[in-house]
Amino acid sequence: MYSQGLIGADSRTEETPEFLEAFQKRIDAEEKIEPNDPMPEGYRKTLVRQIGQHAHSEIVGMLPEGNWITRAPSLRRKAALLAKVQDEGGHGLYLYCAAETLGVTRKQMTEELLSGKAKYSSIFNYPTLTWADIGAIGWLVDGAAIMNQIPLCRCSYGPYARAMIRVCKEESFHQRQGYELMMSLAQGTEEQKAMAQDALNRWWWPSVMMFGPHDSESQHSDQSMAWKIKRFSNDELRQKFITATVPQAQYLGLSIPDPDLTFNEETQMWEHGPIDWNEFWRVVKGQGPVSRDRVKARKTAWNDGAWVREAALAHAEKRKTRKMAAE
Amino acid sequence: MALPDALLELADDHLVLGHRLSEWCGHAPMLEEDLAMPNMALDLIGTARSLYTRAGELEGKGRTEDDLAYFRGERDYRNILLVERPNNDFAQTMLRQLYFAAFMEPYWQAALDSTDDVVRGVAGKAVKEVAYHIRHAGEWVIRLGDGTEESAERMQEAVLDLHPYTGELFDEGSVEGEGALPSRAAMHGAWEATMKDIFAQALLDWPEELGQMRGGRTGQHGEQLGHMLAEMQSLARAHPGAVW
Amino acid sequence: MTGEIPLWEVFIRPRNGLAHKHVGSIHAADEVMALQAARDVYTRRGEGTSIWVVPSAAITASDPDQSGENFDPAADKIYRHPTFYDIPDEVGHM
Repeated sequence: MYSQGLIGADSRTEETPEFLEAFQKRIDAEEKIEPNDPMPEGYRKTLVRQIGQHAHSEIVGMLPEGNWITRAPSLRRKAALLAKVQDEGGHGLYLYCAAETLGVTRKQMTEELLSGKAKYSSIFNYPTLTWADIGAIGWLVDGAAIMNQIPLCRCSYGPYARAMIRVCKEESFHQRQGYELMMSLAQGTEEQKAMAQDALNRWWWPSVMMFGPHDSESQHSDQSMAWKIKRFSNDELRQKFITATVPQAQYLGLSIPDPDLTFNEETQMWEHGPIDWNEFWRVVKGQGPVSRDRVKARKTAWNDGAWVREAALAHAEKRKTRKMAAE
Repeated sequence: MALPDALLELADDHLVLGHRLSEWCGHAPMLEEDLAMPNMALDLIGTARSLYTRAGELEGKGRTEDDLAYFRGERDYRNILLVERPNNDFAQTMLRQLYFAAFMEPYWQAALDSTDDVVRGVAGKAVKEVAYHIRHAGEWVIRLGDGTEESAERMQEAVLDLHPYTGELFDEGSVEGEGALPSRAAMHGAWEATMKDIFAQALLDWPEELGQMRGGRTGQHGEQLGHMLAEMQSLARAHPGAVW
Repeated sequence: MTGEIPLWEVFIRPRNGLAHKHVGSIHAADEVMALQAARDVYTRRGEGTSIWVVPSAAITASDPDQSGENFDPAADKIYRHPTFYDIPDEVGHM
């Protein structure tokens, strides 16, 4: 799930105008770019950064939901949640592999995540406080992610587009899983209903912010759009998401925590009130409620696993030596 | 002991071990393992669900899989001690998995001839799942046992820590061997053969004399199970009667 | 310090009768673990009946800079295609 508007990419390039023009022609002709093809350095860097952020988001995204696997209130929910969190891990894996076709390694990317240099979707810096948060994440966060990710299946970079096709296919159950969970709460006891509303209250705005800054503030969008890494603007996608989600909330009998939410008869779209961008930037910069915990949890897993990875490599060397000796 | 109770024992083994594995999710030593462990956990939880449901049916008191999983306390759980052992490190987790799978594989093989339709169905599915668990956990035990000095030490320590809990795998209840469920004791030869083969490749010593720990089948658990169940059951118990 | 765990390319046969197809990659220290990782990652939804794993480093790829000389010369050899030849309709399907 979970791509977000790209944060802080450097898409400057120093190639000749002829080279850039020829490249742009291929892009405009909807040709896919493959790993060894000549490409502007800025294109490569933008992709490494974006795919890396996307992969990190999947991996860090395992943590907030993973927080409830051991407390899922029924065995059916436990299995579904475990399978979903596992999927996020898989999606991170596909994406790291896609980025690796551009000359970075998973290890380098992991180290950048752990050092705090690489960013990930800010939504995961919020804690999951109740079981209803699992429903809200599936419904809203995956719902927002799908809006972002479906156009990425047509991204100009072949390996990224192919990874996204796989991701989108697998993710089709995630949002349904979340919405169904919310439905069971909304139709449940008073306590369950209150839990569902509380989760919607807390996850609504962070989900709306997942699409990134307004188009007028988004400096890297134009180049990414021209290169067809990105196909729709942040605001277009946000608008689509809100318009799809409002009726779903109404069906649940839950209210969206935006007093300025209005239906525009002309465009047939729901329009949101002002977004607190100060909060967005605070969380992006690592001051979200659980930002430190998230990175720390990843560090612990990575460091605690070092001896296992070393042993696997050491054993592989021994196998090789023995095989050669036997031949 | 009646068949529903025997099925509960088996179901508890699977749920507790599946739950333990699920605790790793998002924290594995490498990303590939973050996918492998949930695969095994989902196999085990799936088996537990079928067995709980069957136990509930045969018991005839209208208890569902969730009633049995979430509304019995640690004194009522009947899993063996091995599966409730904490994850500790990856060496212990993989060895625990191997000990259990190496027992379940011949067990499910034998259960393919069960007189109970549901047990036969579960066995048909589970026998393939645990065969893969043996391979996956076994390959890791081999790599860690014959990897670095540190990994070998950790693996050897895992053997000392966990081997004493393996004897309980073979303790017979009263319905085993009567047709619905196979004899547990009869699995010992196959289990030991699998284990010794892997231990040899992993350069691990087979411990001959380690005192055996028992008690899970009579509800005499270690201290950790209570914590695990407290966590697992907390939400369900806070809202009795709620539908999720 | 841990070294880099090697990258493997994964090919899956969706069902018998079809060729193995590249589906993605995984990291693993050796070929046995690579096969298991490929199984655990890429066949969770019944996507396959057979898996190949190949060390990514073992793949030799053609150079995109030479794609002109490699592939363009095939474009004008239209006599390699059946539609190049005129056969009267009366002869029937050929």
